[in-house]
Amino acid sequence: MWQLAGKTFNSRLILGSSRYRSPGNLRDAVKRSGAEIVTVSLRRQMTGDGSKFWDLLRELNVTLLPNTANCRSVQEAVTTAHMARDVFKTNWIKLETVGDEYTLQPDPFALVEAARILIADGFEVFPYMTEDLVVAERLVAAGCKILMPWAAPIGSGQGMANPLALKTMRARMPEANLIIDAGIGAPSHAAQVMELGFDGVMLDTAVALADDAPKMAEAFAHAIKAGRMGYEAGLMPKREFAEPSTPIIGTPFWKEKTA
Amino acid sequence: MKVTINGEEKNISAATIAEVVTMLGYEGDYFAVAKNLTCVPRGQYAETQVSENDEIEILIPMQGG
Repeated sequence: MWQLAGKTFNSRLILGSSRYRSPGNLRDAVKRSGAEIVTVSLRRQMTGDGSKFWDLLRELNVTLLPNTANCRSVQEAVTTAHMARDVFKTNWIKLETVGDEYTLQPDPFALVEAARILIADGFEVFPYMTEDLVVAERLVAAGCKILMPWAAPIGSGQGMANPLALKTMRARMPEANLIIDAGIGAPSHAAQVMELGFDGVMLDTAVALADDAPKMAEAFAHAIKAGRMGYEAGLMPKREFAEPSTPIIGTPFWKEKTA
Repeated sequence: MKVTINGEEKNISAATIAEVVTMLGYEGDYFAVAKNLTCVPRGQYAETQVSENDEIEILIPMQGG
């Protein structure tokens, strides 16, 4: 059990709802992984009956975390957050501000400004950010209690590109809820970040595009749990040299060498 | 009256946001509206006037990561 923005959860896995082969695939992935928080977006209705996905979300009976994906300015992000609150009836917002078209790296300046505005307006802001420690500090100063640093660019599946910076962020921000968002490709990547003491992992592509998405969702759930348990149990320090695990005393056939 | 709805120019006779959403067939509570990049809360559709050259955005829940 852990606390996030005043709510209690069992699962530390946040699941995206995008890119699944079918609505049924998404439903099974959520159920099988035990994910209790699912991210969603707001988009223009292009075809068909727009209420179907809404009905599926209600059926999932999970906590929804709407995002402001692809917003290019503070105003776009703030307005999208307001619209999300109007529809989803939540003050949670996964704040995303695109700064670079190639890496989809978040714009930290717009992010901090939008976070400040939304927090003053009563939102619980989950900012998607890089691993930059100063940006993290500015976001916390703006009132964020939760940060979502990337492991690597979204959809890249690279795992931690900068483990040292993420380790430093964890050490320097013991009070904040730190959830890794983006760049995780394999269950082992998720276990690694959890072993560093991150509070949770947000995933989409690595699960949704797997051959068997529900099975992969469950694999990630196990990895996240294992990584967290490892962190709580306390990892052994790394050493430069070997240290035998079997006692030296009483070694068979040992003899004191004589000169 | 000429307005832009979800990026497309349209000629409409609707005078309020409530009339615009009805005209476009949106029903229920699964959509949100913004006018000129400001959210129009659900309870204010009827009283929010639409003017020439307004930019209206109507969004629905969609898959997201």
